[in-house]
Amino acid sequence: MAAAATCSPDAQGTGSKAASSRSNVTSFQRRGPRAGAADSGGPRLVSIAGTRPSLRNGQLLVSTGLPALDQLLGGGLAVGTVLLIEEDKYNIYSPLLFKYFLAEGVVSGHTLLIASAEEEPTDILQELPAPLLDDSCKKEFDEDVCKKIPESNVQMKIAWRYQLLPKMEVGPVSSSKFGHCYDASKKMPQELIETSKWHGFFLPEKISSDLPIESCSLAPGYLKLLQFIRNVIYEEGFDGSNPQKNILRIGLESVGSPLWGDDICCTENCDSSRSLTKFLYLLRGLLRTSLSACVITMPTHLIQNKAIIGRVKNLADTVVALESFIGSERETNPLYKDYHGLIHIRQIPRLNNLICDESEVKDLAFKLKRKLFTIERLHLPPDLSDTVSRSSKQGLADSAKLLGPGCGTMARGEKHLDF
Amino acid sequence: MFPELNNLLDTAPDRPEQGTLTLLCDAKTDGSFLVHHFLSFYLRANCKVCFVALLQSFSHYNVVGQKLGVSLTAARERGQLVFLEGLRSSVDIFFQAQEDPHPLQFLREANAGDLKPLYTFVKEALTPTDSGKAVWRCPVLLVDDLSVLLSLGVGAVAVLDFVHYCRATVCGDLKGNMVALVHESRDVEDEDNDILLNGLSHQSHLILRAEGLATGFCRDVHGQLRILRRQASRSTARQERSLTYQYKIQDKNVLFFAKGMSPAVL
Repeated sequence: MAAAATCSPDAQGTGSKAASSRSNVTSFQRRGPRAGAADSGGPRLVSIAGTRPSLRNGQLLVSTGLPALDQLLGGGLAVGTVLLIEEDKYNIYSPLLFKYFLAEGVVSGHTLLIASAEEEPTDILQELPAPLLDDSCKKEFDEDVCKKIPESNVQMKIAWRYQLLPKMEVGPVSSSKFGHCYDASKKMPQELIETSKWHGFFLPEKISSDLPIESCSLAPGYLKLLQFIRNVIYEEGFDGSNPQKNILRIGLESVGSPLWGDDICCTENCDSSRSLTKFLYLLRGLLRTSLSACVITMPTHLIQNKAIIGRVKNLADTVVALESFIGSERETNPLYKDYHGLIHIRQIPRLNNLICDESEVKDLAFKLKRKLFTIERLHLPPDLSDTVSRSSKQGLADSAKLLGPGCGTMARGEKHLDF
Repeated sequence: MFPELNNLLDTAPDRPEQGTLTLLCDAKTDGSFLVHHFLSFYLRANCKVCFVALLQSFSHYNVVGQKLGVSLTAARERGQLVFLEGLRSSVDIFFQAQEDPHPLQFLREANAGDLKPLYTFVKEALTPTDSGKAVWRCPVLLVDDLSVLLSLGVGAVAVLDFVHYCRATVCGDLKGNMVALVHESRDVEDEDNDILLNGLSHQSHLILRAEGLATGFCRDVHGQLRILRRQASRSTARQERSLTYQYKIQDKNVLFFAKGMSPAVL
């Protein structure tokens, strides 16, 4: 089912100083034979567990662990790219997405690389959610749906136009090797964790306090992390030298927080303002030349210098932002009572293509049900109050402003125009 | 290359302009389709191209180039294209010191001074060899993109110096062209980027600005392209013209139409 194309060493161009002499394997290969391909040997079809080619350009994709998020990102996370998750304010839901990504790696048999400055990687592994088997997952999903709307399949008689709207909520993908459902209330069984291969990077262990000042303007934590990732890639052969191809899933938690030795969250004009962006650029270079996919969570709401956030987003391929309602006035707003927060897809990469699969639904909300984390389209309930009270109108106006310009990933409009 | 964009810019592969600096900028949208256009345009026009690609890998440009009708691997083999793949070279140079000066030497330094090695690389790539026969039409330097250099620790003034040196060599001495992409950030105050953008806008002959629509996301109209052309010679009394078109990007082509005249609306 899954197919990837790999290529043998490409011919050296005359005068191109930067051509690498190693065989370059990237996942950015076209599926199928190319007419007049200069590469000798042509692409071979190799299938790696837990991956599938993209429908648009044959790009190799891995699942993020959430089938709904996969659908929004155009099928999945492309191998060789970075998914940046902007953390919500109290860091409650972004660790969930982080753990789903790692759990998907365990279930698919991929190698994991977990880096954190706060938690031991072994503890993170113990807390991964348990995968749901196909039929029990469907049962969970059905019983939740039944609680909500008893007759969702009945033909709509009055609001028949709404029948044509795309159904956002994605059910479990049954009997497939791509994308599994996870039970957030149970932990992954120990034997499953033990079968997985993983590398951990816990910052306080790897870094000593009397480190000499590095001369390349990277914070010491980032430098050590880059070296660690590079060593893992080259020793385990994820750059193509290993004939048994597997994917390396890299999870970096809370990059950019002060625990990594970076002070962009502390001051606005900091000396090491280029440290994080340089780290992201070099990480991107490492990923593009290996069979790996990376998820980074970053507390962007802490970064004082807003220009850096823009640069960071340009250097990451896919950017997803979580905004939870906890602590804000929206928590008690009756309009949002069904949801826990909003999820914004800020950017989707255009890889090997001029266009990308943008979802047309821009207003998305997430909800952590008892067992499942779901992403749905945000609906405003109808204003059924007989007395038109000011408070309900205010709430509607706020949410209308929220839905107005939308968060177009590729084209965003002026903020003062709302519909 | 997109034939409609050629018509709008009034150029064709058999008669490209010479000695121009084209600035591509994008605000709130992705302007990389313009880079693909110019890359395939100049390769079709039989020019020698030096492409400094800092943000994406070679195979990305190659696959899109094949959709547009040019093969980058073939061009690289016959010497028409000199490709500096920033991502791959940066990893090589950062972790191992290279003996001879590398164009991306500034990655190893704490305070990146200047981009002189990069300029030397460009100059060597585009200066015609002394074989005598002129194989290619004119040299072209393509940079994607300059804003990444700011993220890597180079100052805005150093990037402007680099552009100035390249313009003097490529556009002035060698009578070639230069095309560079700069991102524009309108809602955040990015001083370095603004310095770079203003400085380049002042020097460029042609500015292509891809913007998102003011009303937000639309499925049928992906954005708006503003073309600002400045006359190089002061003798003609023609005013600076600014034209605005809206576009929709398809799989292998980009459709351009006047504002409000999208086929989906009519």
